[in-house]
Amino acid sequence: MSAGGARMLRRQVVNGLALGLATLATLTGLIALVWILATILINGAGALGPHLFTRATPPPGSEGGLLNALLGSLMMTGLAVLLGTPIGILAGTHLAESGGRRWIAEAVRFVNDILLSAPSIVTGLFVYEIIVQPSGHFSGIAGAVAMAMVLLPVVVRTTDETLRLVPVSLREAALALGAPLWRMVLFVLYPAARAGMMTGLLLGIARISGETAPLLFTALNNQYLSFDLTRPMANMPVVIFQFALSPYPAWQQLAWAGALLMTLFVLLLSLGARFMLRPRRG
Amino acid sequence: MSGMAIARAAPRARRLPWGDRLFRLLLASAAILVLALLGGTALAIFWGALPAFLHFGSRFLTGLAWDPVRQEFGALVPIYGTLVTSAIAMVTAVPISFGIALFLTEVAPAWLRAPIGAAIELLAGIPSIIYGMWGLFVFAPFMADHVEPALTALLGPLPILGVLFNGPPLGIGMLTAGLILSIMVVPFISAVMRDVFLLVPLALREAAVGLGATRWELVWRVVLPQTRSAVMGGIFLGLGRALGETMAVTFVLGNAHEFSASLLMPSTSIAAAIANEFTEADSNLYRSSLIALGFLLFVITFVVLALAKWLLARLSAGEARR
Repeated sequence: MSAGGARMLRRQVVNGLALGLATLATLTGLIALVWILATILINGAGALGPHLFTRATPPPGSEGGLLNALLGSLMMTGLAVLLGTPIGILAGTHLAESGGRRWIAEAVRFVNDILLSAPSIVTGLFVYEIIVQPSGHFSGIAGAVAMAMVLLPVVVRTTDETLRLVPVSLREAALALGAPLWRMVLFVLYPAARAGMMTGLLLGIARISGETAPLLFTALNNQYLSFDLTRPMANMPVVIFQFALSPYPAWQQLAWAGALLMTLFVLLLSLGARFMLRPRRG
Repeated sequence: MSGMAIARAAPRARRLPWGDRLFRLLLASAAILVLALLGGTALAIFWGALPAFLHFGSRFLTGLAWDPVRQEFGALVPIYGTLVTSAIAMVTAVPISFGIALFLTEVAPAWLRAPIGAAIELLAGIPSIIYGMWGLFVFAPFMADHVEPALTALLGPLPILGVLFNGPPLGIGMLTAGLILSIMVVPFISAVMRDVFLLVPLALREAAVGLGATRWELVWRVVLPQTRSAVMGGIFLGLGRALGETMAVTFVLGNAHEFSASLLMPSTSIAAAIANEFTEADSNLYRSSLIALGFLLFVITFVVLALAKWLLARLSAGEARR
């Protein structure tokens, strides 16, 4: 009896210990999150100001803002969305809708999942090889193409997943009324899956707004305000990278301010996307 | 799924109108483009790496030297740095992720699960350059002042392990980089673990609890064995991310092309070397050697991620059969 009691006690202790460690692990994760966000908030808040949005990045040792980097990132993100979204939606639709040779769809799905987690610096090297090298110089277009390649698999995946959630009766109803496939997809499937597809796009934009590695040797950087997509173009991630590692306090301040703006933008987008998805789940 | 059935039946029933044929062509070419992008990436990077591979041969993989002046490039140090930092990341991230999944599925009250799960997932949303800045300006000094001296005092005198923890407490180095990588991959691994733990049939859970299993015994003896392959898949997914992570590592690894046994010493990784040096590479052989590093990274991560995908797919196939 006492042996059984000791055994019971040991099992209870192991159980309590394991669950306690699990709680500790969760706390570790939460502390890391708060620590990082607090660092960015405290260092970045002091550096905020209207000058960030009205002046271009300064030469070493003088004052300035982030205008050229913000505009450059905006333009390249816009172009990346224009390039990546239609192709991603079409490819995702193919995965969800085409039957026929299923192994092709399976292969594309497999490759797409790999692209989703593949190192983005390799994407940067690829775009360098196919655009920067032949054209002879870094350019905003090369940066946008690299960003589009990071965005594409996100859009493909979410389109594929949300379209497959649309009830088959909707498809049947449309086709039975004599609608051609393209009308059914465009006017029945896409509206029905709109929320999910938008969520995917927002998450994708959040992802590419913070990506630095693929821009390092595609868009590079530009000290001046420029709207020319065929030339090197300033952008937030690379400016933050260069300024954070610089020895100049004014540059480091701008890096913290940029880091705060970028983090806020990315986290608000992810939270917004999550919020959009919620009603559909209910 | 049933959408496929419809689409498959349609062409047999009648000749498709030209609009649909065009539409299908459009869809198919977009899908093929996704395939072509991966293939094109592999080809283009291999092409760029070829001069370095031809010039150095197998010496590229085994060489310790990385000397732009003498035009001598060997990848062993970056490969070592990549593997060691990823190993540190996995050794810490796997138990923490398992703990989080355990907490979210067994410990936390229902109302707490969604917000805490979302908070952990936010870690995945923070851009990698932010981890880098935090790592360099906050976490590395913290490691140098508090953690590394204690580790050296505690583990340094040990016979074999001690080598790993002896060295100046610089803060910048493989240990710091590995720990930051660990925080970055925890959300991916824990999300997979939590999701597959929740897939375990209720009947199995009830049976275990009915036989008197404690929560821990339920998870360790029933839930984990049931989901083993998918859990491994999640771990490999995290590993794939850790191997290729660039910016955070670039900030805190120190970019030193020198081999050292101590985890406290600076090093470099494949991704960090490319990020640091590519725009400064002033000769074709130098640039080609960096692209060759990229090719190695591409191959390694492809294998790891493919394995992850395969392991994860095994679970869903098993679920379907049940």
